[in-house]
Amino acid sequence: MNILSLDNVVKRYHNHTAVNHVSFDIPKGTVFGFLGPNGAGKSSLIRIITSITAADEGRILLDDEPISEMTSSQMGYMPEERGLYKKMKVGEQLLYLAQLKGMSKADAKASIKKWFVKFGIEDWWSKKVDELSKGMQQKIQFIATVVHNPKLLILDEPFSGLDPINTNLIKDEIAELNRQGTSIIFSTHRMEQVEKVCDRIVLINQGEVILEGDVDEVKQDYKDNIFKIEFDGNMPADLQSPHFTIISDDDTSVTIQATEGHNGNELLQNLINKGIEIKSYQEVLPTLNEIFIKKVGESNE
Amino acid sequence: MNKIWLIIKREYSTRVKNKTFLLTTFLAPIGIMIFIAALTFVMSRGSDDQKNIVVIDESDLLNGEVKATNNITFSFTKDDLNQSLENYKEGTNDGVLVIAPLNDPTASKYVVNFHSDEQLALDESTRLERSISKKVRNFKLKELEISEELLSNLDTDISIAPKTVKSDKKVSSITSAVGGILGGIVGYAMFFIILIYGMQVMRSVMEEKISRIVEVVISSVKPFQLMMGKVIGVGLVGLTQITIWLLLSIALFTIGSTFFGLDASMATPSLDPELQAQAEAVLSSDSGKEKIAQVMGELSQLNWWKIIPLTLFYFFAGYFAYASLFAAVGSAVGEDINEANSLTMPIMLPLVFAVYIGVSAIQAPNSSVAVWGSMIPLLSSIVMPTRLPMDPPMWQIAVSMLSLIAFVIFFTWLAARIYRVGILMYGKKASFKELAKWIFYKG
Repeated sequence: MNILSLDNVVKRYHNHTAVNHVSFDIPKGTVFGFLGPNGAGKSSLIRIITSITAADEGRILLDDEPISEMTSSQMGYMPEERGLYKKMKVGEQLLYLAQLKGMSKADAKASIKKWFVKFGIEDWWSKKVDELSKGMQQKIQFIATVVHNPKLLILDEPFSGLDPINTNLIKDEIAELNRQGTSIIFSTHRMEQVEKVCDRIVLINQGEVILEGDVDEVKQDYKDNIFKIEFDGNMPADLQSPHFTIISDDDTSVTIQATEGHNGNELLQNLINKGIEIKSYQEVLPTLNEIFIKKVGESNE
Repeated sequence: MNKIWLIIKREYSTRVKNKTFLLTTFLAPIGIMIFIAALTFVMSRGSDDQKNIVVIDESDLLNGEVKATNNITFSFTKDDLNQSLENYKEGTNDGVLVIAPLNDPTASKYVVNFHSDEQLALDESTRLERSISKKVRNFKLKELEISEELLSNLDTDISIAPKTVKSDKKVSSITSAVGGILGGIVGYAMFFIILIYGMQVMRSVMEEKISRIVEVVISSVKPFQLMMGKVIGVGLVGLTQITIWLLLSIALFTIGSTFFGLDASMATPSLDPELQAQAEAVLSSDSGKEKIAQVMGELSQLNWWKIIPLTLFYFFAGYFAYASLFAAVGSAVGEDINEANSLTMPIMLPLVFAVYIGVSAIQAPNSSVAVWGSMIPLLSSIVMPTRLPMDPPMWQIAVSMLSLIAFVIFFTWLAARIYRVGILMYGKKASFKELAKWIFYKG
């Protein structure tokens, strides 16, 4: 079951194609990384998914329903450029935004109160937004995004401008929501932030999907047979072998890359035969950042 | 529909609860009232010090009587000028008025000297001049042996009475005057209301764009709904404000006139006493009363059941079209309100143009400029209301209303097309060429 499914989505502006035949699915309950360099078409695509703009071609299903005004209430969207009504009171503002998402006044109130308790800000109802610090405003922005209990949460660069404490707070809340069944899309160009939290990713460059899949699988696909071996004692001088090349080494470890046709076992065998006392052995998988740079570089060529 | 209602509610309640709104709505009329009262007070008082002016009446024109004013008393003396001037120097009087003997009944100029180092206030000297001129006139009538009756026979009150040929509705010369004034007031009010609240819509759109809340909002509602909600919400605020102003001014005027004896003639600063005197004369004379009765009659004879709903229609339609266009402009500019000026130009032009046509329509309600102006949309919402008291032909009203409705729909559509793209565009202000492109964007 997919929470979101894109099929051949195209969006053209008069002088360029921002989204070029993009298709991918997001299974229910996933934390989905939506990656790409600046200007790749992420925001265009997000605006289409949130029905802010319409696609020129293609089909988008939210929980097997074509997206429309009706489905917008099932999504929560936090844009990269945060925004709130500065002169409005926090409570009234959240109430308004929740009602715009189709909630009844009573439900909205209850939900806002619940989030206020969660964040320990029960007395903020009558504060005006411009009386709050930036970090506090971010919390309000987050509540505005999730107040109507959306099925799908779309967060565009959610951690930009957040201090480490708030970053963790929001991360925890997102993880909690995910446990409760909310599907989440992270849109970002900062890979290290999504590496640990995402189950699946799609990588977009110049309006096209250049990589899609499960994070672990993607890493497996792009691994370069690199291993890190920690050892005791001295490293033998004649470590060279046709089986591998040494990438780096220091007093207690060595990182090596297996040459074509050789696997980890052969490497270990080889090292043990040379009398090294191995303490640990680990395959080094590429980071998403490395894959990202590699793929984007390839596709730009 | 429910969402538009939410937007209207927010636009309305945040504005109405705003301190500036409360201040301008409630304090402005009170402030103006206090200002007028203070002005009237100052004007009616003049200077505080009492003056005693000695009159040497060598001509015997005044017969020993001049009406004293608030702060001037007149006393007649048989002393000669030198003696009186001595007294002036000693401070027993504040001025000497010498009325030279008048012998020539055909003299067209007559100088009366006032000896003092302090000048008379403008209204005081005018009053004095008028009363002397009256006496001189009587003197001349007597000398030239013209009886008052004969003279009054020369006066002829001429009025051109319009008689309609085809229709049998009653018209009088005063109809056009009353209608014109009424139309003028409505036309100007229309202009300012559209401008003030249209600008508010524009500013509000800019605020949402600058604070970036707009992207959050339009992920829940359609841009068209947001724009409509805003236009309607601000319009309702305008309606509220105008209603409060009207009620407050009526209330204040009633209070003012019952408790402080302020009346219309006092409320107009007496800068021109002559004019005021004339007005007073007209008001007190029989023909004046007749005229007032006539004006009232005309006002009550106007077809209010037609004028009021039609005026409201033109107000709402005009406001809608212009406010939508202002919203479109607001969406197209960046952070700086000054950038908006060049884009508001094409909206301001028809507005100002319409006011000029409206003014000319007051003078010539059936001129071709007025007729065309009242049928061309964007102009008609200001021009037609100025013509309504003069009862323009039904077919013109029909054409004007239909074309206005069509154009309101068209302009709202056009504005919405620009708005939906504009609010998501950041960076520099868009050019007209870009705006034209936005209209044809899909989606």
